[in-house]
Amino acid sequence: MQRVVSSWGRLGQVPHDITRPAFLDEAQAAVRSPGPPQLCFGLGRSYGDVCLNANGRLIVTDSLDRIIGFDRERGILRAEAGLSLDRLLRMTVPAGWFAPVVPGTKFVTLGGALANDVHGKNHETVGTFGAHVTALGLARSTGELLTLSRTENSDLFAATVGGLGLTGMILWAELQLVPIRSAMIDGETLPLKDLADFFRVSEESGDWPYRVAWIDCLAKGSAVGRGFYIRGRHAGSGGFAVHGAPRIGAPFGAPGWLLNSRTIGLFNTAYLHRPFVLGAKRVHYEPFFFPLDAVANWNRMYGKRGFFQHQSAIPTAAAFDALRRLLELTAEFGEGSFLVVLKLFGDKPSPGILSFPLPGATLALDFPNKGESTHRLLDRMAEVVLAAGGRLYPAKDATMSGEAFRAGYPDWRKLEAARDPAIMSDFWRRVTTETA
Amino acid sequence: MKILILGATSAIAQAYARRCAAKGDDFVLAGRRGERLVAIAADLRASGATSAETIVLDLAAIDGIEARMHNIRTQFGEPDQVVIAYGVLGNQVSAEGDLAQARAVLDSNFMSAAVWILALLKDRPEGHKLTVVGIGSVAGDRGRASNFIYGSAKAGFDRFLEGLAHKYDGSSIRIVRVKPGFVDTPMTAGIEKGGPLWAKPDQVAADIERAVEKGRRIVYTPWFWWPIMMIIRHLPWFVFRRLKI
Repeated sequence: MQRVVSSWGRLGQVPHDITRPAFLDEAQAAVRSPGPPQLCFGLGRSYGDVCLNANGRLIVTDSLDRIIGFDRERGILRAEAGLSLDRLLRMTVPAGWFAPVVPGTKFVTLGGALANDVHGKNHETVGTFGAHVTALGLARSTGELLTLSRTENSDLFAATVGGLGLTGMILWAELQLVPIRSAMIDGETLPLKDLADFFRVSEESGDWPYRVAWIDCLAKGSAVGRGFYIRGRHAGSGGFAVHGAPRIGAPFGAPGWLLNSRTIGLFNTAYLHRPFVLGAKRVHYEPFFFPLDAVANWNRMYGKRGFFQHQSAIPTAAAFDALRRLLELTAEFGEGSFLVVLKLFGDKPSPGILSFPLPGATLALDFPNKGESTHRLLDRMAEVVLAAGGRLYPAKDATMSGEAFRAGYPDWRKLEAARDPAIMSDFWRRVTTETA
Repeated sequence: MKILILGATSAIAQAYARRCAAKGDDFVLAGRRGERLVAIAADLRASGATSAETIVLDLAAIDGIEARMHNIRTQFGEPDQVVIAYGVLGNQVSAEGDLAQARAVLDSNFMSAAVWILALLKDRPEGHKLTVVGIGSVAGDRGRASNFIYGSAKAGFDRFLEGLAHKYDGSSIRIVRVKPGFVDTPMTAGIEKGGPLWAKPDQVAADIERAVEKGRRIVYTPWFWWPIMMIIRHLPWFVFRRLKI
């Protein structure tokens, strides 16, 4: 049936023809059904248009969330692709296992995490999500059912990890979990006075698997890069309590002016001066990994015009200057970004050919949609990234040009060749058909 | 606790079973689609169930229910809880013209369900504790133009359960009548959703779990359907007849 669907950035309200299979046999039937191009949609946490297929068909996968098998001795979990990390952790944490890679929200599906080859705060030590997927099941529109892994149908596996859902419908995935001795994280928060400080502290934090920095994007001049460095590791004790449900909901009709440069400045100032956050602390995994999940639908805070996110990966050699330039641009435009996250990526290769991370640094910023000026800023930032030999993250992007995409992902034709001809997304249409 | 679920592939039943699985219950899952039951059973075992067996049956087929109940007993043992979760919504407009469809709605939601419960009680060992959870619907609370075939079947089921509760009051048998409102499930896939009245299957499952634990006889879920249906049931005819519901 026809439904209006938005992605996380809420930039548009586009009608789609929706089917929502509840069982894998229904999912296979849905993929085979003839008609306009289709695309799978999980929990809609990608920000731009990788999960959209305007006026086409969407197969919504959130009901396909059953666990197929969980080997509690070896930590191997096989589940239907619509399983959320939220439910996965509820199952595995009490048994002493954790997801090898978690993004900033647990409200993503296995299929979505795989298709976007997501990364976490531990990319430097363990690589991307796809690196821990031992096998997956793929249904193609031809009716074929395939098992993919590094050894079986390995080319299609490489195209599917980070393949933006284009190679077929991911029906199930098998994941190698990591053992934990508790649900707690031993964390430490350090102040950063500038960008050089970030690189210095990163250097010193080699034995911490989880590392991330929150940056005050309104800092100018020599203070660019001011913020916090947060690092953590799984604690040796503290019990295996799982997380709870979101406690607060954001109001539906939050006015667009709620998050402006002044309120964001106030937030950042307050956040940076919280005296209690500095130092070592043992916290539950929930606030450590998923602080924003405490506010359900926080994306509504940006009002009905929605918001953009810029996330780029910049190779190590050019990282310092490019990051400085990106933060300066943000401060200059005064558009305010609520959340600025800075991390380093390591050199663990992903099995995926279109995986986003590359050895270097990654910066993520939100911008409320103010129309033309926001687009101009995002374009300028994309230019800086490209000039530095970097690339933008499709899962977050809504504006990059086809040229920028193809320059950042020179292997894109391999994915196009492996694409299921009956599957298409707004993103793929945008970045592959537009000629610059 | 051994829980027999008739209609285990229903979204509400699955959500409820997951909650019970976390407590280590044993399950017997009955339904028409074997491969789906197997997928649900695997999920329940991974979620903590001590055991989860499946049995493939057409629950709505009235003939032979007694024999099939007997088989379930001999194969899996005496259940401590039985959840009646299957049913079909049908389409009121087409069912008024297609009497086979109308009959299927009545057979599935009322006739067969009542016979299953009678078969369950008939050979029950004396004194064995039993909880019967009947998933009805707020649609059974008043006959309405838009949905009275399904509604009347659910109403009949509700009266049946009410009578059982009366008969077995104070005994080892407990009857829980569940009345969900709009629930976002495959059964309602053809209906435009959204708005505050729509509930997720897990919300309904949580209410059922609480009702079973606390020994409630009737549970409207989510709770706000109780005042809504209270009003709808008591609207005088001269008002009710004007409502397009």
